[in-house]
Amino acid sequence: MNQEQTIENTAINLLRLAVTQLPKDIKEALQKAHQQETNPTGKTQLKAILDNIELAEKTQTPMCQDTGTIIFYIKAGSQTKNLDKIENALRNATKKATTQIPLRPNAVDPFKQKNTGDNTGKNIPFINWEIVPGNTLEITVLPKGGGSENVCTMGMLVPGEGIKGLRKFVIDTIIKAGAKPCPPNILGVAIGGGSDIAMKLAKKALLRPLNQPNPDPEIAKLEKELLEAANQTGIGPMGLGGKITVLGVNIDYAARHPASYPAAVAFNCWAARRATARIHPDGHVEYLTHKMM
Amino acid sequence: MATYKLTTPISEEQIRKLKVNDVVYITGTIVTARDQAHKRALQLHKEGKQLPINLEGLAVFHCGPIVKKEEDKWIIVAAGPTTSTRMDIFEDEFIKNFKTRVIIGKGGMGRRTTDAMQKYGAIYGAFTGGAAVLAAKAIKTVKTVEWFDLGMPEALWILDAKEFGPLTVAIDSHGNNLFEDVKKKTEENLTAIYQRLGIQQ
Repeated sequence: MNQEQTIENTAINLLRLAVTQLPKDIKEALQKAHQQETNPTGKTQLKAILDNIELAEKTQTPMCQDTGTIIFYIKAGSQTKNLDKIENALRNATKKATTQIPLRPNAVDPFKQKNTGDNTGKNIPFINWEIVPGNTLEITVLPKGGGSENVCTMGMLVPGEGIKGLRKFVIDTIIKAGAKPCPPNILGVAIGGGSDIAMKLAKKALLRPLNQPNPDPEIAKLEKELLEAANQTGIGPMGLGGKITVLGVNIDYAARHPASYPAAVAFNCWAARRATARIHPDGHVEYLTHKMM
Repeated sequence: MATYKLTTPISEEQIRKLKVNDVVYITGTIVTARDQAHKRALQLHKEGKQLPINLEGLAVFHCGPIVKKEEDKWIIVAAGPTTSTRMDIFEDEFIKNFKTRVIIGKGGMGRRTTDAMQKYGAIYGAFTGGAAVLAAKAIKTVKTVEWFDLGMPEALWILDAKEFGPLTVAIDSHGNNLFEDVKKKTEENLTAIYQRLGIQQ
Protein backbone atom coordinates (compact mmCIF):
# COMPACT_ATOMS: atom_id res chain seq x y z
CA MET A 1 0.00 0.00 0.00
CA ASN A 2 1.41 3.42 -0.84
CA GLN A 3 1.59 6.07 1.83
CA GLU A 4 -1.23 8.17 0.44
CA GLN A 5 -3.51 5.15 0.66
CA THR A 6 -2.37 4.45 4.22
CA ILE A 7 -3.15 8.03 5.24
CA GLU A 8 -6.57 7.85 3.60
CA ASN A 9 -7.47 4.53 5.23
CA THR A 10 -6.22 5.69 8.62
CA ALA A 11 -8.27 8.88 8.39
CA ILE A 12 -11.42 6.90 7.51
CA ASN A 13 -10.78 4.65 10.52
CA LEU A 14 -10.24 7.69 12.74
CA LEU A 15 -13.50 9.26 11.58
CA ARG A 16 -15.34 6.02 12.28
CA LEU A 17 -13.77 5.59 15.70
CA ALA A 18 -14.38 9.22 16.63
CA VAL A 19 -18.07 9.34 15.77
CA THR A 20 -18.99 5.92 17.18
CA GLN A 21 -16.89 5.72 20.34
CA LEU A 22 -15.93 8.35 22.89
CA PRO A 23 -12.37 8.41 24.26
CA LYS A 24 -11.98 6.78 27.67
CA ASP A 25 -11.52 10.04 29.60
CA ILE A 26 -14.80 11.51 28.30
CA LYS A 27 -16.74 8.31 28.92
CA GLU A 28 -15.45 8.09 32.49
CA ALA A 29 -16.27 11.73 33.13
CA LEU A 30 -19.86 11.15 31.94
CA GLN A 31 -20.21 8.08 34.16
CA LYS A 32 -18.93 10.05 37.14
CA ALA A 33 -21.30 12.90 36.29
CA HIS A 34 -24.23 10.48 36.31
CA GLN A 35 -23.23 9.26 39.77
CA GLN A 36 -22.82 12.78 41.12
CA GLU A 37 -25.92 14.40 39.63
CA THR A 38 -28.65 14.86 42.24
CA ASN A 39 -31.31 16.61 40.14
CA PRO A 40 -33.70 13.87 38.87
CA THR A 41 -34.24 15.52 35.47
CA GLY A 42 -30.49 16.07 35.07
CA LYS A 43 -29.89 12.45 35.99
CA THR A 44 -32.43 11.30 33.37
CA GLN A 45 -30.45 13.21 30.76
CA LEU A 46 -27.13 11.67 31.78
CA LYS A 47 -28.69 8.20 31.80
CA ALA A 48 -29.94 8.76 28.24
CA ILE A 49 -26.44 9.91 27.23
CA LEU A 50 -24.82 6.81 28.75
CA ASP A 51 -27.39 4.49 27.14
CA ASN A 52 -26.85 6.25 23.84
CA ILE A 53 -23.05 5.96 23.82
CA GLU A 54 -23.29 2.29 24.73
CA LEU A 55 -25.74 1.66 21.87
CA ALA A 56 -23.59 3.65 19.42
CA GLU A 57 -20.52 1.64 20.30
CA LYS A 58 -22.35 -1.66 20.09
CA THR A 59 -24.01 -0.93 16.75
CA GLN A 60 -21.07 1.05 15.30
CA THR A 61 -23.41 3.96 14.64
CA PRO A 62 -22.63 7.69 15.00
CA MET A 63 -23.53 8.64 18.59
CA CYS A 64 -24.98 11.95 17.38
CA GLN A 65 -26.68 12.74 14.09
CA ASP A 66 -24.58 15.89 13.88
CA THR A 67 -21.26 14.35 12.90
CA GLY A 68 -19.82 17.83 12.78
CA THR A 69 -17.53 19.87 10.62
CA ILE A 70 -14.46 17.77 9.97
CA ILE A 71 -11.27 19.27 11.38
CA PHE A 72 -7.85 17.62 11.31
CA TYR A 73 -4.79 18.37 13.41
CA ILE A 74 -1.61 17.12 11.78
CA LYS A 75 1.77 16.70 13.43
CA ALA A 76 4.05 16.00 10.52
CA GLY A 77 7.57 14.81 11.24
CA SER A 78 9.99 16.96 9.24
CA GLN A 79 11.35 13.83 7.60
CA THR A 80 7.92 12.50 6.58
CA LYS A 81 7.71 11.76 2.87
CA ASN A 82 4.86 12.83 0.57
CA LEU A 83 3.80 15.82 2.68
CA ASP A 84 2.12 17.25 -0.40
CA LYS A 85 -0.17 14.21 -0.64
CA ILE A 86 -1.66 14.51 2.85
CA GLU A 87 -4.33 17.10 2.09
CA ASN A 88 -5.69 15.14 -0.85
CA ALA A 89 -5.72 11.92 1.19
CA LEU A 90 -7.68 13.61 3.99
CA ARG A 91 -10.22 15.10 1.56
CA ASN A 92 -10.74 11.71 -0.07
CA ALA A 93 -11.05 10.04 3.33
CA THR A 94 -13.72 12.56 4.36
CA LYS A 95 -15.74 11.92 1.20
CA LYS A 96 -15.52 8.14 1.54
CA ALA A 97 -16.28 8.20 5.27
CA THR A 98 -19.39 10.28 4.56
CA THR A 99 -20.95 7.44 2.55
CA GLN A 100 -19.34 4.48 4.33
CA ILE A 101 -20.02 5.28 8.01
CA PRO A 102 -22.26 7.28 7.13
CA LEU A 103 -21.69 10.87 8.27
CA ARG A 104 -24.29 13.58 7.83
CA PRO A 105 -23.32 15.89 4.97
CA ASN A 106 -22.48 19.08 6.85
CA ALA A 107 -20.60 21.28 4.39
CA VAL A 108 -22.75 24.08 2.97
CA ASP A 109 -21.57 26.71 0.49
CA PRO A 110 -22.35 29.91 2.42
CA PHE A 111 -23.12 31.92 -0.72
CA LYS A 112 -25.12 29.42 -2.72
CA GLN A 113 -26.63 27.88 0.46
CA LYS A 114 -26.05 24.52 -1.15
CA ASN A 115 -24.94 21.44 0.75
CA THR A 116 -21.99 19.87 -1.09
CA GLY A 117 -23.24 16.46 0.05
CA ASP A 118 -19.85 14.98 0.91
CA ASN A 119 -18.54 17.03 3.86
CA THR A 120 -15.91 18.75 1.74
CA GLY A 121 -15.91 22.30 0.45
CA LYS A 122 -13.68 25.33 0.31
CA ASN A 123 -11.19 24.99 3.23
CA ILE A 124 -13.19 22.05 4.63
CA PRO A 125 -12.07 19.64 6.00
CA PHE A 126 -9.86 22.18 7.73
CA ILE A 127 -6.31 21.07 8.38
CA ASN A 128 -4.19 22.49 11.21
CA TRP A 129 -0.51 21.87 10.45
CA GLU A 130 2.35 21.48 12.85
CA ILE A 131 5.87 20.47 11.78
CA VAL A 132 7.70 18.47 14.44
CA PRO A 133 11.04 16.65 14.48
CA GLY A 134 11.01 13.00 13.40
CA ASN A 135 9.64 10.79 10.66
CA THR A 136 6.13 9.91 11.86
CA LEU A 137 2.82 11.46 10.91
CA GLU A 138 0.26 12.01 13.65
CA ILE A 139 -3.33 12.62 12.59
CA THR A 140 -6.08 13.78 14.95
CA VAL A 141 -9.64 14.24 13.83
CA LEU A 142 -12.08 16.53 15.64
CA PRO A 143 -15.64 16.22 14.25
CA LYS A 144 -16.99 19.47 15.65
CA GLY A 145 -20.72 19.71 16.35
CA GLY A 146 -22.65 22.81 15.31
CA GLY A 147 -24.67 23.36 18.49
CA SER A 148 -21.59 23.80 20.64
CA GLU A 149 -19.80 25.73 17.90
CA ASN A 150 -22.57 28.34 17.82
CA VAL A 151 -21.74 29.53 21.35
CA CYS A 152 -17.94 29.69 21.02
CA THR A 153 -17.04 33.24 22.03
CA MET A 154 -14.07 35.49 21.55
CA GLY A 155 -13.62 38.72 23.46
CA MET A 156 -11.10 41.51 23.72
CA LEU A 157 -10.86 42.02 27.47
CA VAL A 158 -9.32 44.92 29.38
CA PRO A 159 -5.65 44.14 30.12
CA GLY A 160 -5.83 45.97 33.47
CA GLU A 161 -8.48 43.55 34.76
CA GLY A 162 -6.20 40.55 34.19
CA ILE A 163 -7.27 37.08 35.25
CA LYS A 164 -10.24 38.47 37.15
CA GLY A 165 -11.65 39.74 33.86
CA LEU A 166 -11.05 36.35 32.32
CA ARG A 167 -12.94 34.58 35.12
CA LYS A 168 -15.95 36.83 34.58
CA PHE A 169 -15.78 36.41 30.81
CA VAL A 170 -15.76 32.61 31.07
CA ILE A 171 -18.64 32.45 33.56
CA ASP A 172 -20.74 34.97 31.64
CA THR A 173 -20.15 33.00 28.44
CA ILE A 174 -21.29 29.76 30.08
CA ILE A 175 -24.43 31.43 31.46
CA LYS A 176 -25.24 32.96 28.08
CA ALA A 177 -24.74 29.62 26.32
CA GLY A 178 -27.13 27.88 28.73
CA ALA A 179 -28.74 24.79 27.24
CA LYS A 180 -27.57 25.47 23.69
CA PRO A 181 -24.21 23.64 23.55
CA CYS A 182 -25.65 20.29 24.82
CA PRO A 183 -24.18 20.34 28.35
CA PRO A 184 -22.33 18.85 30.12
CA ASN A 185 -19.62 20.53 28.07
CA ILE A 186 -15.87 20.55 27.78
CA LEU A 187 -14.43 24.05 27.66
CA GLY A 188 -11.25 25.14 25.93
CA VAL A 189 -10.14 28.54 27.17
CA ALA A 190 -7.25 30.54 25.78
CA ILE A 191 -5.81 33.99 26.33
CA GLY A 192 -3.28 36.07 24.45
CA GLY A 193 -1.79 35.93 20.99
CA GLY A 194 -4.51 37.71 19.04
CA SER A 195 -8.11 37.16 18.08
CA ASP A 196 -7.44 34.20 15.76
CA ILE A 197 -4.65 32.73 17.91
CA ALA A 198 -6.75 32.73 21.10
CA MET A 199 -9.63 30.85 19.44
CA LYS A 200 -7.29 28.45 17.70
CA LEU A 201 -5.61 27.59 21.00
CA ALA A 202 -8.95 27.35 22.81
CA LYS A 203 -10.24 24.88 20.25
CA LYS A 204 -7.05 22.87 20.29
CA ALA A 205 -7.29 22.73 24.10
CA LEU A 206 -10.49 20.66 23.62
CA LEU A 207 -8.23 17.82 22.49
CA ARG A 208 -6.43 17.54 25.82
CA PRO A 209 -7.72 14.55 27.84
CA LEU A 210 -9.80 15.50 30.88
CA ASN A 211 -7.53 13.63 33.27
CA GLN A 212 -4.53 15.76 32.29
CA PRO A 213 -4.58 19.09 34.09
CA ASN A 214 -2.41 21.92 32.81
CA PRO A 215 1.26 21.20 33.69
CA ASP A 216 1.53 24.69 35.21
CA PRO A 217 0.08 24.31 38.75
CA GLU A 218 -1.23 27.86 38.80
CA ILE A 219 -3.15 27.38 35.54
CA ALA A 220 -4.32 23.94 36.72
CA LYS A 221 -5.74 25.67 39.80
CA LEU A 222 -7.62 28.16 37.60
CA GLU A 223 -8.98 25.29 35.50
CA LYS A 224 -10.35 23.66 38.63
CA GLU A 225 -11.74 26.91 39.97
CA LEU A 226 -13.59 27.65 36.72
CA LEU A 227 -14.92 24.09 36.57
CA GLU A 228 -16.34 24.37 40.09
CA ALA A 229 -17.86 27.76 39.34
CA ALA A 230 -19.45 26.45 36.13
CA ASN A 231 -21.01 23.62 38.10
CA GLN A 232 -22.56 26.07 40.55
CA THR A 233 -24.60 27.76 37.84
CA GLY A 234 -27.37 25.16 38.02
CA ILE A 235 -27.69 24.94 34.22
CA GLY A 236 -27.21 21.17 34.43
CA PRO A 237 -27.31 18.42 31.81
CA MET A 238 -29.06 19.72 28.67
CA GLY A 239 -29.88 22.93 30.49
CA LEU A 240 -32.77 21.25 32.29
CA GLY A 241 -31.25 21.97 35.69
CA GLY A 242 -28.69 20.19 37.82
CA LYS A 243 -25.21 20.13 39.25
CA ILE A 244 -23.18 19.01 36.25
CA THR A 245 -22.84 21.66 33.56
CA VAL A 246 -19.18 21.28 32.59
CA LEU A 247 -16.97 18.17 32.65
CA GLY A 248 -13.64 19.93 32.33
CA VAL A 249 -11.90 23.21 31.58
CA ASN A 250 -8.65 23.15 29.58
CA ILE A 251 -6.64 26.37 29.44
CA ASP A 252 -3.88 27.38 27.06
CA TYR A 253 -2.24 30.71 26.35
CA ALA A 254 0.11 32.75 24.18
CA ALA A 255 2.04 35.88 25.00
CA ARG A 256 -0.11 38.96 24.45
CA HIS A 257 0.37 42.43 23.02
CA PRO A 258 0.69 44.99 25.86
CA ALA A 259 -2.52 46.69 24.72
CA SER A 260 -4.55 43.49 24.11
CA TYR A 261 -6.09 40.80 26.22
CA PRO A 262 -7.76 38.45 23.74
CA ALA A 263 -9.73 35.66 25.37
CA ALA A 264 -11.56 32.78 23.72
CA VAL A 265 -13.91 30.14 25.03
CA ALA A 266 -14.47 27.08 22.82
CA PHE A 267 -17.28 24.68 23.73
CA ASN A 268 -17.53 21.01 22.99
CA CYS A 269 -20.77 19.11 23.61
CA TRP A 270 -20.88 15.96 25.78
CA ALA A 271 -20.26 14.05 22.54
CA ALA A 272 -16.67 15.32 22.68
CA ARG A 273 -15.38 13.27 19.81
CA ARG A 274 -11.73 12.99 18.87
CA ALA A 275 -9.40 10.27 17.59
CA THR A 276 -5.66 10.14 16.97
CA ALA A 277 -3.30 7.79 15.16
CA ARG A 278 0.41 7.80 14.35
CA ILE A 279 1.69 6.50 11.02
CA HIS A 280 5.24 5.19 11.03
CA PRO A 281 7.55 5.28 7.97
CA ASP A 282 7.17 1.50 7.48
CA GLY A 283 3.38 1.93 7.16
CA HIS A 284 2.60 0.66 10.65
CA VAL A 285 -0.34 2.56 12.18
CA GLU A 286 -0.59 3.09 15.90
CA TYR A 287 -4.02 4.18 17.26
CA LEU A 288 -3.52 6.39 20.29
CA THR A 289 -7.01 7.22 21.58
CA HIS A 290 -8.99 4.10 20.70
CA LYS A 291 -8.52 0.37 20.43
CA MET A 292 -8.63 -0.55 16.75
CA MET A 293 -10.56 -3.77 16.24
CA MET B 1 -42.41 13.86 38.11
CA ALA B 2 -44.75 11.29 36.58
CA THR B 3 -44.17 9.09 33.55
CA TYR B 4 -46.73 8.90 30.72
CA LYS B 5 -46.96 6.73 27.62
CA LEU B 6 -48.92 8.42 24.85
CA THR B 7 -50.09 7.18 21.44
CA THR B 8 -50.82 9.46 18.49
CA PRO B 9 -53.20 11.06 17.70
CA ILE B 10 -52.89 12.73 21.11
CA SER B 11 -55.88 14.68 22.41
CA GLU B 12 -55.86 18.11 24.04
CA GLU B 13 -57.23 16.49 27.20
CA GLN B 14 -54.22 14.16 27.44
CA ILE B 15 -51.86 17.10 26.94
CA ARG B 16 -53.49 19.20 29.67
CA LYS B 17 -52.65 16.51 32.25
CA LEU B 18 -48.92 16.90 31.72
CA LYS B 19 -46.74 19.14 33.90
CA VAL B 20 -43.14 20.30 33.54
CA ASN B 21 -40.55 17.68 34.62
CA ASP B 22 -42.91 14.81 33.71
CA VAL B 23 -41.42 12.14 31.47
CA VAL B 24 -43.23 11.12 28.28
CA TYR B 25 -42.79 8.29 25.75
CA ILE B 26 -44.55 8.55 22.40
CA THR B 27 -45.81 5.77 20.17
CA GLY B 28 -47.16 6.50 16.70
CA THR B 29 -46.43 9.12 14.07
CA ILE B 30 -43.60 11.58 14.53
CA VAL B 31 -42.75 14.05 11.77
CA THR B 32 -39.37 15.78 11.51
CA ALA B 33 -39.37 19.47 10.63
CA ARG B 34 -36.64 22.07 10.87
CA ASP B 35 -36.42 25.70 9.75
CA GLN B 36 -37.14 25.23 6.05
CA ALA B 37 -39.99 22.76 6.57
CA HIS B 38 -41.68 25.09 9.08
CA LYS B 39 -41.34 27.94 6.64
CA ARG B 40 -42.79 25.95 3.76
CA ALA B 41 -45.65 24.53 5.83
CA LEU B 42 -46.75 28.00 6.94
CA GLN B 43 -46.42 29.33 3.41
CA LEU B 44 -48.63 26.56 2.02
CA HIS B 45 -51.19 27.16 4.76
CA LYS B 46 -51.21 30.86 3.88
CA GLU B 47 -51.90 29.95 0.26
CA GLY B 48 -54.75 27.71 1.39
CA LYS B 49 -52.97 24.56 0.26
CA GLN B 50 -52.86 21.19 2.02
CA LEU B 51 -49.76 19.77 3.71
CA PRO B 52 -48.66 16.28 2.62
CA ILE B 53 -49.78 15.04 6.07
CA ASN B 54 -52.40 16.08 8.60
CA LEU B 55 -50.38 17.01 11.70
CA GLU B 56 -53.31 17.18 14.15
CA GLY B 57 -52.51 15.27 17.33
CA LEU B 58 -49.07 14.26 16.09
CA ALA B 59 -45.57 15.02 17.33
CA VAL B 60 -43.22 17.26 15.38
CA PHE B 61 -39.54 16.59 15.91
CA HIS B 62 -36.85 19.26 15.41
CA CYS B 63 -34.37 16.91 13.85
CA GLY B 64 -32.11 16.56 10.83
CA PRO B 65 -31.51 12.82 10.75
CA ILE B 66 -28.87 10.70 9.05
CA VAL B 67 -30.84 8.38 6.80
CA LYS B 68 -29.61 5.65 4.47
CA LYS B 69 -31.40 3.83 1.68
CA GLU B 70 -31.20 0.06 1.55
CA GLU B 71 -33.01 -1.61 -1.36
CA ASP B 72 -35.55 1.21 -1.79
CA LYS B 73 -36.15 1.38 1.94
CA TRP B 74 -35.15 4.33 4.08
CA ILE B 75 -33.46 3.51 7.36
CA ILE B 76 -32.87 6.05 10.14
CA VAL B 77 -29.27 5.76 11.30
CA ALA B 78 -29.13 8.62 13.78
CA ALA B 79 -31.85 11.08 14.74
CA GLY B 80 -31.11 13.33 17.70
CA PRO B 81 -32.82 16.69 18.20
CA THR B 82 -31.58 20.01 16.85
CA THR B 83 -31.71 23.37 18.67
CA SER B 84 -35.35 24.40 18.90
CA THR B 85 -34.93 28.13 19.45
CA ARG B 86 -34.46 28.59 15.70
CA MET B 87 -38.07 27.48 15.22
CA ASP B 88 -39.43 29.98 17.77
CA ILE B 89 -40.32 32.39 14.98
CA PHE B 90 -42.64 29.82 13.38
CA GLU B 91 -43.95 27.61 16.17
CA ASP B 92 -46.89 29.62 17.51
CA GLU B 93 -48.49 29.86 14.06
CA PHE B 94 -47.57 26.24 13.41
CA ILE B 95 -49.32 24.96 16.56
CA LYS B 96 -52.31 27.19 15.94
CA ASN B 97 -52.78 26.13 12.32
CA PHE B 98 -51.88 22.45 12.43
CA LYS B 99 -52.88 21.48 16.02
CA THR B 100 -49.67 19.59 16.61
CA ARG B 101 -49.74 18.42 20.23
CA VAL B 102 -46.08 17.68 20.93
CA ILE B 103 -42.97 19.52 19.82
CA ILE B 104 -39.76 17.55 20.38
CA GLY B 105 -36.37 19.21 20.40
CA LYS B 106 -33.48 20.39 22.49
CA GLY B 107 -32.51 23.63 24.19
CA GLY B 108 -36.05 24.83 24.85
CA MET B 109 -38.25 27.50 23.29
CA GLY B 110 -39.33 31.01 24.21
CA ARG B 111 -42.34 32.83 25.60
CA ARG B 112 -44.10 33.09 22.24
CA THR B 113 -44.17 29.32 21.83
CA THR B 114 -45.01 28.82 25.53
CA ASP B 115 -48.04 31.10 25.20
CA ALA B 116 -49.23 29.27 22.07
CA MET B 117 -48.84 25.93 23.87
CA GLN B 118 -50.96 27.21 26.73
CA LYS B 119 -53.59 28.61 24.39
CA TYR B 120 -53.94 25.70 21.97
CA GLY B 121 -52.88 22.75 24.18
CA ALA B 122 -49.44 21.49 23.28
CA ILE B 123 -46.23 20.56 25.10
CA TYR B 124 -42.53 20.79 24.41
CA GLY B 125 -40.72 17.51 25.08
CA ALA B 126 -36.97 17.87 25.52
CA PHE B 127 -35.08 14.93 24.12
CA THR B 128 -31.47 14.54 25.22
CA GLY B 129 -29.37 16.44 22.71
CA GLY B 130 -27.14 14.20 20.65
CA ALA B 131 -28.71 10.96 21.88
CA ALA B 132 -29.23 10.04 18.25
CA VAL B 133 -28.88 6.27 18.45
CA LEU B 134 -31.31 6.06 21.34
CA ALA B 135 -33.77 8.03 19.21
CA ALA B 136 -33.15 5.92 16.11
CA LYS B 137 -33.76 2.75 18.11
CA ALA B 138 -37.29 3.89 18.94
CA ILE B 139 -38.07 4.66 15.30
CA LYS B 140 -39.47 1.50 13.78
CA THR B 141 -39.96 2.56 10.16
CA VAL B 142 -39.80 5.53 7.84
CA LYS B 143 -43.36 5.76 6.51
CA THR B 144 -42.43 8.24 3.82
CA VAL B 145 -40.37 11.31 3.11
CA GLU B 146 -41.78 14.57 1.77
CA TRP B 147 -40.03 17.73 0.59
CA PHE B 148 -36.78 15.89 -0.06
CA ASP B 149 -35.75 18.81 -2.28
CA LEU B 150 -34.92 20.65 0.98
CA GLY B 151 -32.05 18.20 1.58
CA MET B 152 -31.69 15.26 3.95
CA PRO B 153 -31.60 17.25 7.21
CA GLU B 154 -34.44 19.63 6.27
CA ALA B 155 -36.87 17.19 4.65
CA LEU B 156 -40.14 16.10 6.26
CA TRP B 157 -39.47 12.54 7.48
CA ILE B 158 -42.67 10.80 8.52
CA LEU B 159 -41.75 8.21 11.10
CA ASP B 160 -43.44 5.40 12.94
CA ALA B 161 -42.12 5.28 16.51
CA LYS B 162 -42.47 3.02 19.48
CA GLU B 163 -42.02 4.50 22.95
CA PHE B 164 -39.91 7.35 21.69
CA GLY B 165 -38.23 8.97 24.69
CA PRO B 166 -37.53 9.77 27.42
CA LEU B 167 -38.94 13.22 26.69
CA THR B 168 -38.86 15.65 29.59
CA VAL B 169 -41.86 17.98 29.55
CA ALA B 170 -39.98 21.28 29.53
CA ILE B 171 -42.93 23.46 28.46
CA ASP B 172 -46.40 22.38 29.55
CA SER B 173 -49.80 23.67 28.44
CA HIS B 174 -50.21 25.73 31.61
CA GLY B 175 -47.60 28.38 30.84
CA ASN B 176 -44.72 26.73 32.67
CA ASN B 177 -41.30 26.70 31.03
CA LEU B 178 -38.56 24.65 32.70
CA PHE B 179 -35.79 26.32 30.71
CA GLU B 180 -36.97 29.75 31.88
CA ASP B 181 -37.08 28.47 35.47
CA VAL B 182 -33.53 27.15 35.22
CA LYS B 183 -32.39 30.42 33.65
CA LYS B 184 -33.91 32.39 36.50
CA LYS B 185 -32.20 30.17 39.06
CA THR B 186 -28.91 30.48 37.19
CA GLU B 187 -29.10 34.26 37.36
CA GLU B 188 -29.80 34.03 41.09
CA ASN B 189 -26.73 31.80 41.52
CA LEU B 190 -24.52 34.24 39.65
CA THR B 191 -23.98 36.63 42.58
CA ALA B 192 -22.56 33.84 44.74
CA ILE B 193 -20.34 32.64 41.89
CA TYR B 194 -18.97 36.15 41.26
CA GLN B 195 -18.28 36.52 44.95
CA ARG B 196 -16.43 33.23 45.08
CA LEU B 197 -14.30 34.18 42.07
CA GLY B 198 -13.56 37.61 43.51
CA ILE B 199 -15.42 39.45 40.74
CA GLN B 200 -16.95 42.83 41.57
CA GLN B 201 -20.19 43.53 39.80
